[in-house]
Amino acid sequence: MRSIITRTTLAILATTALAFTAQAQELTGTLKKIKEVGAISIAHRDSSIPFSYLDDQQKPVGYAMDICTAVVEAVRVHLKLPALNVKFTPVTSATRIPLIANGTVDLECGSTTNNVDRQKQVAFTNTHYLTASAFVSKKTAKLMKIDDLKGKTVVSTSGTTNIKQLNDVNTARSLGINVLAAKDHAEAFLMVETDRAAAFVMDDVLLASLVANAKAPADYQLSAEAFSKPEPYGIMLRKDDPDFKKLVDKATADFYKSAAGAATYAKWFQQPIPPKGLNLNVPMSPGLKGAFSKPSDSADPDAYGS
Amino acid sequence: MNYTWNWGIFLEPSPEGVGTYFDMLLVGLKWTIATGACAWVWALVCGSLIGVIRTLPNRWTVGFGNAYVELFRNIPLLVQLFLWYFVLPELVPASIGLWLKQLPNASFFTAVVGIGFFMSARVAEQVRAGIIALPRGQSMAGLALGLTTAQTYRYVLLPMAFRIILPPLTSEFLNTIKNTSVALTIGLIELTARARAIQEFSFQVFEAFTAATLIYLMLNLLITAAMRWLERWVKIPGYGQGK
Repeated sequence: MRSIITRTTLAILATTALAFTAQAQELTGTLKKIKEVGAISIAHRDSSIPFSYLDDQQKPVGYAMDICTAVVEAVRVHLKLPALNVKFTPVTSATRIPLIANGTVDLECGSTTNNVDRQKQVAFTNTHYLTASAFVSKKTAKLMKIDDLKGKTVVSTSGTTNIKQLNDVNTARSLGINVLAAKDHAEAFLMVETDRAAAFVMDDVLLASLVANAKAPADYQLSAEAFSKPEPYGIMLRKDDPDFKKLVDKATADFYKSAAGAATYAKWFQQPIPPKGLNLNVPMSPGLKGAFSKPSDSADPDAYGS
Repeated sequence: MNYTWNWGIFLEPSPEGVGTYFDMLLVGLKWTIATGACAWVWALVCGSLIGVIRTLPNRWTVGFGNAYVELFRNIPLLVQLFLWYFVLPELVPASIGLWLKQLPNASFFTAVVGIGFFMSARVAEQVRAGIIALPRGQSMAGLALGLTTAQTYRYVLLPMAFRIILPPLTSEFLNTIKNTSVALTIGLIELTARARAIQEFSFQVFEAFTAATLIYLMLNLLITAAMRWLERWVKIPGYGQGK
């Protein structure tokens, strides 16, 4: 008998407490979950240099991670929490969608291209980088333009938009390129290094970081001609969660417009970065300057000018 | 779960420019079947040879057979494929290495050889088990009839041993098919790699892998049915299963 009364009292108390919280905040979706758990879960990549990767202490670092740190702080302030735990979860290109969809992670901070097809499944916040598809080759091969690849063996990473663009150009200009598909970026670059392929088609920033990490960086050059207009990278979050998206959009927009935005860019792209102290030497493109002064989450490359 | 299902994805044109997403899976399936079938033939031939020499009355052949089996079955398949694909071309003379690297469909041949050797160790174990399961009197009778050792194996021991091990060999065949998916790590664009590519392009990860799962399941059920039929066809009445 006593236990029933206690339980009823507890239930009433709990309901009242819930009602009060609801009145005070009206939290929904991801923000509600973060408040209840007292933690936000961030997905990072293991080798997406310099966006999101593990440093020599196996700690996730990178340009996108710094942006996410600013987002986490904005979430903490919004929820009026004294502290917010951050849980880091490593993801791969194959696991990021299920983990975002089932709520294991709240933000994916890496180098994920924002395009219209993917927006059917997830949402993206404001663009943090713009990258065009280019190719890398050995300087001795003297390949600068796409037409120079005529009749050559060219590699790209399977399942990327880059390999699609390569196939399109190959057919459109009837270049007779022998297209190879590699499992990942490292393997594709290895194919150029070991002469299995003459060139490797990929996002120019990824090529720059692969070259910087190569045994002999001076042996390689990036092409002058690009396969595509620069495409936007965005931080990924769950779809249909307008409150959380609004907060993240505002946090990233404030960050890009502030001095911290440009400073963070310079820190990862124009200064030596861990673990080996390499300097990628990629100045900010005019398109990205525009995207920083007027933040946008558009998937359309034309929205970014240049 | 916040996920947008779209089963119609397979009928949509693939970003590769030719055909639909479903056609992408079919191209992958072709490579899976080609790799699995070639690797299985390789495994059966090498495995039978090694299995037989492990039952010969000769210390050296038995020792070699044991070493072969332990080598290939104790190293993970993934590591073996990496060794064949990335390490072997660096160990041979540079000119042969370059030829190996520039071979068209190098990842296919490497996968056939790598998976073939890996599975041959398992087939060798089955063949050996099948031979030693026969009563000792059979090989003695063969020799007493004046048959050579080779003839005893050919006409007396192996015909019965292979009938005994057909059911476990079916499992090994299915394993060979499933093991081809490991070859995506050396760049073979087979069924699993195609499913991954579909999820990468469209972000419809569950649809892509559900389709791949069903295709693997159907392929393996077909193989199982064919092997059951083979078992019935080669069966000797009154011997072997179900007396």
